[in-house]
Amino acid sequence: MNVTIKTLGVAAVLGLAATPALAQEKVKIGLLLTLSGPSAVLGQQARDGFQLAVKDLGGKLGGRDVEVIVVDDELKPDVAVTKVKGLLERDKVDFVVGPIFSNVAVAVHKPIVDSNTFYISSNAGPSNLAGKSCSPYFFATSYQNDQNHEVLGKVAQDRGYKKVYLLAPNYQAGKDALAGFKRHFKGEIIEESYVPLNNLDFQSELAKIASLKPDAIFTFMPGGMGVNLVKQYRAAGLADRIPFLSAFTVDESTLPAQQDAAIGMFGGSNWAPNLDTPQNKKFVADYEAAYNSVPGSYSMHAYDAALLIDSALKATGGKTDNKDALRAALKKADFKSLRGDFKIGANGFPVQDFYLVKAAKRPDGKFQTEIVEKVFDDYTDAYAKECAATN
Amino acid sequence: MTPTLLFVQSLNGLQFGLILFLIAAGLTLVFGVMDFINLAHGVQYMVGAYLMAAFSAWTGNFGWALLLALPSALAVGLLLEALVFRHLYDRDHLDQVLATFGVILFLNQGVKFVWGAAPLNVPAPEWLSGSVELADGLLYPVYRLAIIVAGLAVAALLYVLVNHTRVGMLVRAGASNAPMVSALGVNIRRLFMIVFGFGAMLAGFAGAMVAPILSVEPGMGDNILILAFVVIVIGGIGSIRGAFLAALMVGLVDTVGRSFAPNLLRLFLDPATASQTGRAVAPMLIYIFMAAILFFRPAGLFPAKR
Repeated sequence: MNVTIKTLGVAAVLGLAATPALAQEKVKIGLLLTLSGPSAVLGQQARDGFQLAVKDLGGKLGGRDVEVIVVDDELKPDVAVTKVKGLLERDKVDFVVGPIFSNVAVAVHKPIVDSNTFYISSNAGPSNLAGKSCSPYFFATSYQNDQNHEVLGKVAQDRGYKKVYLLAPNYQAGKDALAGFKRHFKGEIIEESYVPLNNLDFQSELAKIASLKPDAIFTFMPGGMGVNLVKQYRAAGLADRIPFLSAFTVDESTLPAQQDAAIGMFGGSNWAPNLDTPQNKKFVADYEAAYNSVPGSYSMHAYDAALLIDSALKATGGKTDNKDALRAALKKADFKSLRGDFKIGANGFPVQDFYLVKAAKRPDGKFQTEIVEKVFDDYTDAYAKECAATN
Repeated sequence: MTPTLLFVQSLNGLQFGLILFLIAAGLTLVFGVMDFINLAHGVQYMVGAYLMAAFSAWTGNFGWALLLALPSALAVGLLLEALVFRHLYDRDHLDQVLATFGVILFLNQGVKFVWGAAPLNVPAPEWLSGSVELADGLLYPVYRLAIIVAGLAVAALLYVLVNHTRVGMLVRAGASNAPMVSALGVNIRRLFMIVFGFGAMLAGFAGAMVAPILSVEPGMGDNILILAFVVIVIGGIGSIRGAFLAALMVGLVDTVGRSFAPNLLRLFLDPATASQTGRAVAPMLIYIFMAAILFFRPAGLFPAKR
């Protein structure tokens, strides 16, 4: 009896001693983003969004101090795997957040989930991670890649366009984009045109479009390609005659370069800076004050990723050792997303609303995308049913 | 395939070819005269575009920006020559490739450090920003016509410089036998410097001209460098005339081929296979074209060395 009391006493003392120590130990988060090369601006948006969230939460996630380790994947899957292994084995991070590009996401998926570390994608949503290769350690605060393209396909169908011209770069994501568009569009595809990746001059495509006179064009041209396409489309006089439907082509990362040329062009998104919720208004204002640029969905997803981690850690009392409890808390997603309606679906991907958005110039002279109409309500991706993992 | 479309695509090919020529002209001289492989030639094109973007934002005027960008591009070229390239002329090609590749990495990172990673925007001048209607509903931007005119004007100027001036004569002599020119008492180092600076300025001019229609971003010169090498290999190393013809051919083959390859294949394949094959074949066309030329003329169309 005496012994038991003594043991309890010791345990209590140890417990008392251990609790502050545990609280002081920082929760470690590895941010894996593309921060060099032509697409670096996307990674910068995500990094800034995440760090803004940490700042807004008082430098703590779920009551614990945070250490954010930022690494650059250089948009090279092999480099990304090496760096992720560093995060997992040397830094022993509790969460990996990122990346921007799907080829990187696929490459780092296995090392991360095999080490039983939670992997929060703040942008990339390749179909295999949503379907057959889904994992109980994977969550996304973004979308499944196809969904933004599906928005435009639905819009083209609903508006009764008969003939549509499709244009994409010749690589996997380009082909997926056009496949996503065709999921809801049932009209005629008069041309499915592929240009080499990093093609910058679209004049010959534009001449073809002008001669074929489609009811609309749909394109997926991320980064610098999109900047060029939009400017050249406007200069060729097509912008006022043939509606320009796009995904990842006209957004806050490209608008500073496209400027007036992009006004009135359409995109698909799960959010826009002018979405009317109090959290979002504050987020956009704070982001612009801190980084002097309009936030895009890359920033929003990263901000939400921080909120998601914060909410889960709050639910577990800051503990990360019980993976099942942490997973259940992540799955609950008990926080107010900047985009409003937000749930985590069975495959770890969000169930959320999608909008048709349009590029516009604000009264202060800056450019942003603005919501035109809601296209999908509480939309689940097409691959969720292929996911067998119970998460 | 309508005649109008073919015409417009030929214009596009011509414009692309002329931009290629501006870059290839300097590259072929540097390679031909100095026997120096300069992989960093593409970044000089990028530097030209960035200088244009910077001066255009500063002055708010296209003409002034171009006037300032050209001497600055020349200065950057001369600075690189003095700092890096001058020490490599006597080394073998592998050393040159390594060092100039290093310059690519350095400058790509450098422009990102100064201007950021996001693509920059350069407005076209007001009086060149409209379009002309070539056919019903087929608008062609005036600015692209201006590029064609400027490219042809530079080509004519180069023709006069190379064929009818003393410096041009030395350059031609240097391209066919540099040691002999040196032995005749010409300061070959100074000639190298002039050629190098001039080549850098031409590449910078190309970058400045395309800045309003393409996005100005880090690494923009890397892809075009490969095409410039294709051009000088087809044209014959060291030959301006060869570079001119080869650049126009590459521009036309690439643009027109990409546009019409699927249509041509459709004549003897079913539509689905034709577009699939056309898509695969179109990017290869210029390389097939190069292979064909080299099969018949292994030294290119107009080799400078005999």
